Amino acid sequence: MEHQEILHRCFRCGYCKFPSNYTDINCPAYLAHRFETFSPGGRMWLLSAWLNNRIGVSQRLGRIMFSCTGCGNCVEHCAMPGFKDQILLAFTAGRDAILESGTVPGPVRDYLTRVQNAGNPYGQSGKKRADWRTGTDAADYSGQEYLFFAGDVGAYDSRGQEIARTAAALLAKAGVDFGVLTDGECSDGNDVAMAGEKALFEELAGKNIKVFIERGVKKIITLSPHSFHAFKNLYPALGGQFQVFHYTQMLAFLLGRLSFKTPVEKTRVTFHDPCFLGRHNADYQSPRTMLAFTPGIELVEMDRNRKNALCCGGGGGNLFTDMISGGDDSPARARCREAAAAGATVLAVACPACAVMLGDAVKTEGLENRLQVREVSELVVERVA
Amino acid sequence: MNDFIKKLQAIVGEAFVSAEPEERYLYSMDQGTMPPAAPDAVAMPETADQVAQIVRLANAHKVPLVPMGGGLVLSGLTRALKGGVIVDMKRMDRIIEVNPVSRYAVVEAGVTQGVLKAYLSKHHPGLKHSMPDAPPAATIAGNVCIHGSGHLSVLGGFHSDMLTGLEAVLPTGEIVRTGSCSVSPQWFSRAPLPDLSGLFLGWSGTTGIITKLGIRLFPNYRYNDVLIYVSETADLMPEIISRFTGVQVAEDMTPWMTPKPDWARGFFHINVAFGAHSKKELIFKRNLLQESVRSITDTGAAGFLPIPPVQKSRFMEIPSPDLARFADARKGGGFEYVGAIMAVERFAEAYRRGTEIAEKHHTTYSLGARIIGAGHAMMFFFAYAFNRADAEDVGRAAEALEETNRACLEMGGIPWKAEAPAQKEILKRMDPNTVSFMNRLRDTLDPNRIMNPGNWEV
Ligand SMILES: Cc1cc2nc3c(=O)[nH]c(=O)nc-3n(C[C@H](O)[C@H](O)[C@H](O)COP(=O)(O)OP(=O)(O)OC[C@H]3O[C@@H](n4cnc5c(N)ncnc54)[C@H](O)[C@@H]3O)c2cc1C
Ligand code: SF4
Ligand code: SF4
Repeated sequence: MEHQEILHRCFRCGYCKFPSNYTDINCPAYLAHRFETFSPGGRMWLLSAWLNNRIGVSQRLGRIMFSCTGCGNCVEHCAMPGFKDQILLAFTAGRDAILESGTVPGPVRDYLTRVQNAGNPYGQSGKKRADWRTGTDAADYSGQEYLFFAGDVGAYDSRGQEIARTAAALLAKAGVDFGVLTDGECSDGNDVAMAGEKALFEELAGKNIKVFIERGVKKIITLSPHSFHAFKNLYPALGGQFQVFHYTQMLAFLLGRLSFKTPVEKTRVTFHDPCFLGRHNADYQSPRTMLAFTPGIELVEMDRNRKNALCCGGGGGNLFTDMISGGDDSPARARCREAAAAGATVLAVACPACAVMLGDAVKTEGLENRLQVREVSELVVERVA
Repeated sequence: MNDFIKKLQAIVGEAFVSAEPEERYLYSMDQGTMPPAAPDAVAMPETADQVAQIVRLANAHKVPLVPMGGGLVLSGLTRALKGGVIVDMKRMDRIIEVNPVSRYAVVEAGVTQGVLKAYLSKHHPGLKHSMPDAPPAATIAGNVCIHGSGHLSVLGGFHSDMLTGLEAVLPTGEIVRTGSCSVSPQWFSRAPLPDLSGLFLGWSGTTGIITKLGIRLFPNYRYNDVLIYVSETADLMPEIISRFTGVQVAEDMTPWMTPKPDWARGFFHINVAFGAHSKKELIFKRNLLQESVRSITDTGAAGFLPIPPVQKSRFMEIPSPDLARFADARKGGGFEYVGAIMAVERFAEAYRRGTEIAEKHHTTYSLGARIIGAGHAMMFFFAYAFNRADAEDVGRAAEALEETNRACLEMGGIPWKAEAPAQKEILKRMDPNTVSFMNRLRDTLDPNRIMNPGNWEV
C-alpha cells in the first residue's frame, strides 16, 4: 500500500484530534463515534495492524476507515512534521486497499455503485445535470470566458440547486461572462477519490477533462469547494490543466461593481469554513471578504474557525453514506450548537454540501428559530439594491 | 459474555459498547513497550450513574474493569491484564464549575487537559491549571490519579496535591465523595476531613472509578518568561535547583540533558519558567532568579543561555509537543520513559546511571527532570525512543526501561506510574506491613478484585 511506511510512525498521541487551541474534538468521525479506533491515530494503527495480519478486514474496519471525511484536520494538527503531510494520503490508500479486498460497508458500496452507473451519487440521469438553472438566465456554455460547474449537490439536491441559482445570478449581476454545460460533464470525482476509488475517479475525471477540452474550456468557476479541489489539485496529473476559481474567489473581487441597500439593522453572521476551500486550499478569506463587504452583516467567529474549523461531516462521500450523521455529537449538530453559542443568527456556508448537512442539523437540534443556515451569495443577493 | 455485553449496551447505549476485534485490538496496548492484553469489550459511559451501573454489573458477573482516560500513561496501566471491560471515560466531558475567587475547577473525569485549557483561556483568562506535557488528550483525572506533574509543579507540587476533592464509584458500585464536597456544596479543599482522596491516588485504577474531581487553579499571568541556565557539571545541579526554588518565583523548572546534537552533550540545562502581572514585576522576578545563582555564575562553571525571542516561545509552549515528537526520533512512533520520583540530591547519580544504561542498550535517549515544589522532590525521566515496527528495537528499549526501574529503586527513588512488573519490584521493597495494609484495603473495597486486576499485585 502506498504510504504504508508512515503508519507505524504514528505515536497515537492525539494532537490530531484537536484544533490548535484544543477547544474540542475536531476530527468529525472521532467526535461522532468516540472510540479511539475512529480517531486519526486509531486509523493509522488499525491500518498497520491489518496490513501486518494482526486483524482481519471487516465491515467494522471499513466503517472506521470510510467514516473519515477527509477534512484534513489531522494533517493540519499532527505533531509530527516528518510525516504529517502523508496521513490523509495513507487513509485514502487504505480505503483503496479495503475496496480491493471487497469488504466494503454497504452504504459505501451503494454510493460508489451509483456514481459508477450514473456519473453522480444521486443515481440521476446525466441529462438532468443542468436542470438546476430552470428559471434563470444562465446560458449554455459556448466559449464564454468561464465555465460554471455546479457539481453534484448543486445539480441534483433541491437545496443545492437553490444555491447554484443564487450564486450564478450573483456572478451574472457582477458581470462575469460564464456558461453552463448541458451534457457530457459528470461528477467531479473528488469524494470518490477521497474514498480511495482511484479507478472510478480517473474515469470521471477523464470524462470531464475530455469534454472541457473539446468545448474549449480554459477557466472554471466551481460552486462546490470539492469540485474546486479536484480540478485544481487532482486533474492536472491527469492532463486537465484549467484555471480554477471557487465562486467566492471571483465574487470577493467583484462585489465593488454592485450597489447595496442601506441596511436597517445588522445581522450577526458566523462563517463555517468548508474543508476543501479552507484547510485543503488555504483560502479562508474569500467568503469572509464577501461577508465583510456586504452592508448589514456583522461577522462573528466561532471558537473553531479557519484552519481549526470543524468539518460538517459531509466529505469523502459521507453526505451520501451517512456514517457519522446519527447521534447527538454528529459534527453537523455540534457545529450548529457552536454557531448558536457564538451568538450568530445566521450560519453562513460556501459549499452546497455544508448547506445540506448543517441545514438538516439545525432542525434536528431544534435551533430553527434561532439559527438559519444560509449560503454567502444568498446573504449578498438579498442586500443588493 | 454476550449476555453481559447486551446488559452493558442497555446501560450506556448500543453505540458506545464494542466487543469488535478493532476496538479489542486498539485498546489492548498503549504507546509504550508493554505487551498487549486485550479487553473483552470497551464501554463509554456518559454519567456517574452509568458508571455505577457498570460496576454493579461487573461485580455480579465478576468481570474486570479498567478505567481509562486518555490512555497516554505509556506504562501500560490501561491494558486489560485479565480481560474484562475497558471503561473509556472521555464521554464524561463536562466542565461543571469554575470558582474564580477560590480558584478551583470541578470537572468530570473525562475532561481533557486541552479542553480545560481552552475553556479557561476563553471564559477565565485570568486563571490556568497546571498542564502536564502529556498530549492534550490526556484527562485531568487520569493525570491526577497517577500523581502527575506539570507547568505549575514548582508552585503547587504534584497534580494530586492540587486535588481538592473527588466523586468516585467504589468497586462495589456506591458513589462516594471525598473532600469538602462531601460536606459542603463547594469543592475548595481536602482539609480538614479524614483524607479519603488518597484511596484513589497512585492506585492505578484499582480502587474505584473517579467520576468528578476538583482541582486548584492558579493566576494566569499576562507576562511570561523563561530563563535557561546551563551548567558544565551534574554535581552542581542540586545546588542550582535549591537556589532557584529558594527565591520562590518560578512556576516550573525542568532540567534537560540531551546527547544530540553533539555540542549539547555533557551540558546540563535547566529551564526556569515564571510569570508576572506587569513588566516591572517580571523584571523583578528575573532579577531575583539571576541573583540567586550569581555566585555560581561568577565562577564560570554555569551561566544563562541567551535565547532569541523566537526560540523562547518554543520553550514556553504548553503542552510542549516536542516530547511527543521524541517518538519519531527513530522514525518508529514509540517512546516510553521511566519517571523516577526521587530526592533532588540524587541528580548527578541519576544522570550517570541513566546515560550508562542508555548507552549499554544502544537506545536513543533523552534525560531530564521536573522539579516538584520548592525542591521537595523531582521527577527524573529517562526516555527511550524505539521503532514500533522493529521488535528488537522495542525489546532494547524495554530492557533499558526495566534496568532503569531497578536503578531508580537502588538510588532510593521510586518509579512513577510504574508498569505492572515495576510495581512488583516496588512491592518487594515496600515495608511488609504497608503491603499487607494495601491488600486489606483492596479486599475491603473490592472483594471480587474486579478493578484493574494485575496491578499492584505481588
Ligand atoms: C509525550 C508525553 C509527555 C508526557 N508528559 C507528562 C508530564 O509532563 N507530566 C505528567 O504528569 N505526565 C506526563 N505524561 C504521562 C501521561 O501521559 C500523563 O500523565 C497523562 O496525563 C495520563 O492521563 P491519561 O488520561 O492519559 O491517563 P490514562 O493513561 O488513561 O490512565 C492512567 C491511570 O489512571 C487510571 N485512571 C484513568 N482515569 C481514571 C478514572 N477516572 N478513575 C480511576 N482511575 C483512572 C488508569 O486506570 C491508569 O491506571 C506524558 C506522556 C506523554 C505521552
Ligand atoms: S497522526 Fe500525528 S498527531 Fe495524530 S496520533 Fe498520530 S502522530 Fe499523533
Ligand atoms: S481527515 Fe478529518 S475525519 Fe479524517 S481522520 Fe483526519 S481529522 Fe478525522
